[in-house]
Amino acid sequence: MKSNSLLNIALVGNPNTGKTSLFNQLTGLNQKVGNYPGITVDKKQGKCKISENLTAEITDLPGTYSINPTTLDETIVLETLLNENNNSFPDLVIVVAEVENLKRNLFLFSQIKDLQFPSILVINMSDQMIRKGITIEIDALKLELKSEIVLISARKNLGIDALKREIENYENWNTEPIANISDKIDTAFFEDIENTFPEFSLYKSWLLITQQQNCGFLSGELDDKITAFNTDKEKIKKYQHKETIYRYQIINEILKKTYSVDKNEATDLRSKLDRILTHRIFGYIIFFGVLMTIFQSIFEWASVPMNLIDGLFANLSDYAKTNLPEGTFTNLISEGVIPGVGGVVIFIPQIAILFLFIATLEETGYMSRVVFLMDKIMRKFGMSGKSIIPLISGTACAIPAIMASRNISDWKERLITILVIPFTTCSARLPVYAILIALIIPNERVLGIFNLQGLTLMGLYLLGFTAAISSSILLNNVLKIKTKSLFVIEMPNYKLPSIKNIFYEVVEKTKAFIFGAGKIILALSIILWFLASNGPAKFENASEFVTTQESTNNLPDAALQKKISSYRLEHSYIGTMGKIIEPVIKPMGYDWKIGIALISSFAAREVFIGALATIYNVESEGEDVGTIKERMAAEVDPKTGEKRFNFATGMSLLLFYAFAMQCIGTLAIVKRETKSWKWPILQLTGMGVLAYVVSVITYTILS
Amino acid sequence: MGDTIASLLIGEIGIIQDFCLDAIPLNLLEMGCLPGKEVRLLQIAPLKDPLYIKVNGSHLAIRIETAKQINITKLR
Repeated sequence: MKSNSLLNIALVGNPNTGKTSLFNQLTGLNQKVGNYPGITVDKKQGKCKISENLTAEITDLPGTYSINPTTLDETIVLETLLNENNNSFPDLVIVVAEVENLKRNLFLFSQIKDLQFPSILVINMSDQMIRKGITIEIDALKLELKSEIVLISARKNLGIDALKREIENYENWNTEPIANISDKIDTAFFEDIENTFPEFSLYKSWLLITQQQNCGFLSGELDDKITAFNTDKEKIKKYQHKETIYRYQIINEILKKTYSVDKNEATDLRSKLDRILTHRIFGYIIFFGVLMTIFQSIFEWASVPMNLIDGLFANLSDYAKTNLPEGTFTNLISEGVIPGVGGVVIFIPQIAILFLFIATLEETGYMSRVVFLMDKIMRKFGMSGKSIIPLISGTACAIPAIMASRNISDWKERLITILVIPFTTCSARLPVYAILIALIIPNERVLGIFNLQGLTLMGLYLLGFTAAISSSILLNNVLKIKTKSLFVIEMPNYKLPSIKNIFYEVVEKTKAFIFGAGKIILALSIILWFLASNGPAKFENASEFVTTQESTNNLPDAALQKKISSYRLEHSYIGTMGKIIEPVIKPMGYDWKIGIALISSFAAREVFIGALATIYNVESEGEDVGTIKERMAAEVDPKTGEKRFNFATGMSLLLFYAFAMQCIGTLAIVKRETKSWKWPILQLTGMGVLAYVVSVITYTILS
Repeated sequence: MGDTIASLLIGEIGIIQDFCLDAIPLNLLEMGCLPGKEVRLLQIAPLKDPLYIKVNGSHLAIRIETAKQINITKLR
C-alpha cells in the first residue's frame, strides 16, 4: 500500500477532451511547472488530495491521439509511460475521453490498457449527452473494456468526487489488456517477442520495437535485442497498420453494443461557423481583425499598468536611497536590485495580455481554423500552418514561441520556424522601442486620426515580420532537407472558453517568464551595478584627482560632485569596457554609455533600459533622476552639446534592436531544441551582421 | 475509377478503398482514416489546400498531397 508516499498519476488524453480542465479541477492552485530531465518541455504537475490519507502527484501529459509519437510533444508521453526509471512513472493512468469523439479516444485508451497500467476511463462533457442525443450503456462498456469508467463534466465540476473515490481503490483494478495483437497479426513473430522480453508486457516490447529512433533510456543490451527485431522496416510498418485496423475493429464492436447517437446534425452551429471563419475573404478579414485587436491591446491596454510600474519603481528607488542608511548595501539595493526587479515586472502586463488572447483562441477552437486557413500560404515560405501560433507567441517572447513549435511534425518546417521567430517583435523590444520613439518621434497626429508614434511602432512590427518572412524564403531555398509531410490536424468543435483554464494558462506562462528570463535580467542588473561602481586605480582616486584638477576653477560643490561621479563612471570597469568598444559602435552613432547598455542587452534586450538607468543612476549618485525617459532626454553629447538621443542615433538604435539577436535565453533554447550549436550561432551572427550594417547605413544617411 | 479524396466535391461522400502505406502517415490512420470508412469533404481552404474532411467520426484537415494518395469510391 502506497499510503505514506505520493501516488503518481498520469493524465493522458486526446487534445480538446478537456484534459486540462480536469487537471485544473483536481489540483487547483497547487500546480508547478517543471522540466522533463534533459529537455525543456514544460511538465505540468500538481498535488491532489484523493482521500484522508492518500495524496497524489498528477502529471498532465501533452495531448496525443496515440502513444506512437509524431511530434516532440508526443514523445514525452511515450517516454513517461515506457521508462520505468523516470520519476513521473505512473502508478496509475487516467485517460480522459469526451462523449462526442469516444471512438477515437478509445483508441488511445486501448493502447494504455495493453501496457497493463492500472487505468481508468474518464468520459468528459457528459452533461452534453442529452443535447447531442448520445446514449452510453456505462455498465456494459465497463464490462467490455474491463475497466472502471467515470462520467464527469470537468467544467461544471461534476463527477470529480466519484473519480477520487474510484482512484482510492486503484489496486483492485483489472489490468488485463484489451487487444490481443499477437493472434490477429503474426502469432509466431509476437511469441518470439514475448519470449525475448519476459520482463515487459507484450505491447510495451512492441512499442519499443516500432519506434523510429532508439529510446535513449534503455540499456545497451536491451537496445541490441530490440534492433534485432526491427530490421525489416516494411514488415514493422505493415504490422502497425494491421494493429491500427484491428484496434478500431474491437472498438467498433464494443461501441456498437454500448453507444448510440441520435443523428440530426444536418446544419449545426459548427458548420455555419466553419463556413464563415474559413471563408476565402471573410476568413482572412476576421483573422486580420483578431491580430489587430491583439496588437492594439498590447500597446494600449498594457501601457497604463506599464507606466504605473515604471513610476512606482523609480519612486521606490528614491525612497530606498533616502531612507536606508548610506553605504554600499543601500546603493546595491537602490541602484542595482530595485531597477533590476522593475525591469522584469514591467513586462508582466504585455505578456499576460498576449497569452490571454492566445489561450482564448486555442480554447475556443479558432486556432485550428487559422492553421487551416494559413497552411498553404505558410508553406510557400517553407513553414506550416502550425507555425502561425509560434509566430504570434513570438510577439510576447521567443522562448515559449520556440517551444510551441514542437507540435510541428515536419523537421524542415519546424527548423525554419525556429530560426525566424527571433525577428518577430517580442515584448522585450517594446520598452526599448517605446522609450526611443517617445524621445525622437513627435507626438503628433497625421491625417487627423493616426498617431505618429503609434505608426512608427506599427512600422517596426511590420519590419520584424517582413524580416522573418524574407529570411524564411531564403532559408527555404538554402536548406536542403527532404522530409515527408505528416501534417494532420484535428478541427475540434467550437467551445466557449473556460475562464478558469485561461486564467491558469496566463498565470503559468507569466510565471515561467518571470522565473526564466527574470533571473537573467536581475542578475545582470546587479553585475552591471557592481562593474559600474568599482574600478581600477584611477577609479579609486577619482575624488582627489578631480578636486586637484578643478581646484583653480572654484566650482560649486554640487557641480564638483557631478564631475567626480562622471569621472568615476568613465574609469570604472564597465566604463573601461565601453571605451574599448567605442570605435566599433561610433559609426552607428553611439557613445560608450550606450555601448555598455548595448553589450549588456546581448543577454536580453530589455536590459538596455535597465542598464542605462543603472549607469545614469550611478553617475548622478544620490540625486533624483526622475524616470529613465526624462534622464535620457537630458543626456547631451559633451563635444557638440547636442542631444545624445537625436533622430539619427534613435533610428539607428531602433533598427539595431529590430534585427539583432540579443537574447541568451533564446539562443539556449534554440540550441536545445535543434540539438546543435550550428543554428543558434547562425542566428547570432547572421542577425548581428544585418543589424550592424543597417544601423551604420541609417546613421550615416540621417546625420 | 481512380477517385481519391482530392477528387471529392464539397459535401460529397466516399468510401475509402486503400492507400499506399508509405505515403500515408501512421497518425492519420490512428485518427480513424481507415479502409472501408466513410469520408466526407466539408471544406476546401481558400488556396485549394488543405482539405477539411470528416472521416470515421473525426473532423480533420489534411494536405492535398496526402488526400491524393487515398483511393475512394464515391457514393451517389
